[in-house]
Amino acid sequence: MTDVLQSAARVAQPSVAREDNAEGMEFLETWKRRLVFTYLPLGLIVLVLLFPFYWMALTAVKPDEQLLDMETYNPFWTWNPTLKHINKLLFQSNYPKWLWNTMYVATAATALSLFASVLAAYALVRLQFRGAQLVGGLIFLAYLVPPSILFIPLASIIYQYGLIDTPMSLILVYPTILIPFATWLLMGYFKSIPFELEESALMDGATRWQILTKIVLPLAVPGLISAFIFCFTLCWNEFIYALTFISTTGNKTVPVAIVNEFVDGDIYRWGALMAGALVGSLPLVILYTFFVEHYVSAMTGAVKE
Amino acid sequence: MTDTMVGRSMTRPEMREPTQWERLKSNRDWLGFWFMMPTAVLLGLFLAYPLFLGVWLSFTDTKIGRAGKFIGLENYDWLSDDKVFWLSVTNTLLYTVVASAAKFAIGLYLALLLNKHMPFKAIVRAIVLIPFIVPTVLSAIAFWWIYDSQFSILSWMLKKMGWISVNINFLGDPWNARWSTIFANVWRGIPFVAITLLAGLQTVSPALYEAATLDGATGWQRFRFITYPILTPIIAVVMTFSVLFTFTDFQLIWAMTRGGPVNATHLMATLSYQRAILGGNMGEGAAIATAMIPFLLAAVMVSWFGLQRRKWQQGVGND
Repeated sequence: MTDVLQSAARVAQPSVAREDNAEGMEFLETWKRRLVFTYLPLGLIVLVLLFPFYWMALTAVKPDEQLLDMETYNPFWTWNPTLKHINKLLFQSNYPKWLWNTMYVATAATALSLFASVLAAYALVRLQFRGAQLVGGLIFLAYLVPPSILFIPLASIIYQYGLIDTPMSLILVYPTILIPFATWLLMGYFKSIPFELEESALMDGATRWQILTKIVLPLAVPGLISAFIFCFTLCWNEFIYALTFISTTGNKTVPVAIVNEFVDGDIYRWGALMAGALVGSLPLVILYTFFVEHYVSAMTGAVKE
Repeated sequence: MTDTMVGRSMTRPEMREPTQWERLKSNRDWLGFWFMMPTAVLLGLFLAYPLFLGVWLSFTDTKIGRAGKFIGLENYDWLSDDKVFWLSVTNTLLYTVVASAAKFAIGLYLALLLNKHMPFKAIVRAIVLIPFIVPTVLSAIAFWWIYDSQFSILSWMLKKMGWISVNINFLGDPWNARWSTIFANVWRGIPFVAITLLAGLQTVSPALYEAATLDGATGWQRFRFITYPILTPIIAVVMTFSVLFTFTDFQLIWAMTRGGPVNATHLMATLSYQRAILGGNMGEGAAIATAMIPFLLAAVMVSWFGLQRRKWQQGVGND
């Protein structure tokens, strides 16, 4: 009998102070527990997540002789960083051209996708035309079709249209990845705009187009920014289509060019390669730091829908 | 329809029959059709049509620069005897199962950690997402350098700690290469899983945890009976995407190993690229790509029915 009572007490009593992952109850946790169970694992994960970038950046500025000699120099730091690799990249290679191509394709494809998505999302949310539900479902399904099963037939289609090896092929194909995502994201934003606003505009004789451009879009600016940033990042990141469609060196995008143009046989130019990867990532990272919240809402918003 | 009728009679004092054009202009179906036009054209031409064309190509012997003839199931027949193809299928399954499970476990753990109160929470959360922002190929190149057979920093560290005496041949040995690429994929996928699950966690009311704690629930019980059931729908969606993108992964493998050593890391996507674009056998490549579709459908179905069951348990209108 006492046994049972004791064990019951043991279960009930310490459980209050035992562990906790809710806000507001954290005063129950000692700082030692927090250190071991929160900060330590978190620190470890963040360290692993960031190390490749540190290594990338460090390699990009290391002088060549320190790059491969890990015994005489401490591999984790360099006291005499050099801009040689980055300099070579920017002034003695096609890199600026590739950066420009990537930027051009990403901007154009994103703009095209946003235009189409805004119209589609508005129609699906507010016009409620016959079959809107079905069309919305189809667009969601389109989101689930991966590029890996499309690139072969697309290559032959692009070839037939005479677009092979042009940036235009990418500008037209990337929207297939972006539109489904952007439409679903924007639908969420459009739904949150009060319908009464549109109703009163309709009463005053505004056309649908006027409502869209003068009422809905200004109110959905955060959503547009989220969609824009996310689409832009997806374009920048895209690889398989760019690899398949583009063959001329001067037309390549950064990811494809790095994989194909920088790797020459056995002489691994690690400094230049890492510099290329670093410079290719920087624009996105800079964009990201300015719009973190938009970015997160784009990512989570599309999933929540 | 009714609101436009009301609007017209309010703005125009004199009553007259609306012309055919005016009627059309406010017709929802007609407007909807034109609003959907750009999307329909782009998705139709570059998504729906290629999807069907891909399946059709898999039944032909199309080569690059030569239109193919219908050859029925010959490509599939050929593939069913192809050891490399089956190797790529098992690789893809291994890659998907292991990487998705790891992404889920670590991602959920990271989300739970990030959901706690701590200083600089916003900054930590922002940092965690960086692997997701940086283009996959570029981080894959960084991993390639980290996994270098001679100058790998990992080998160097392990040697300094005295755990190994010879460099690990990360990408040169079949199993090492598989685990190395899986690790890189997990590394790339964790931020997405963690941040989306974190968004789900933030919707859980702290009152639930407080009530459970007062009732004597342990940390595990609170996770199992509060956090997990509430998170299930978002977990299903996130993991569907994660599984889908892992299964069809191409760029990470292509940037790091190109399917080597000796086809040990070929996924179905990389193999189909190699056969169709580099080898020129479009038909055969398309057959490999088409063979991925049943797996993808299965993954989507599982999560779809999981979600439906969830909805049914929670009441239909409640989502």
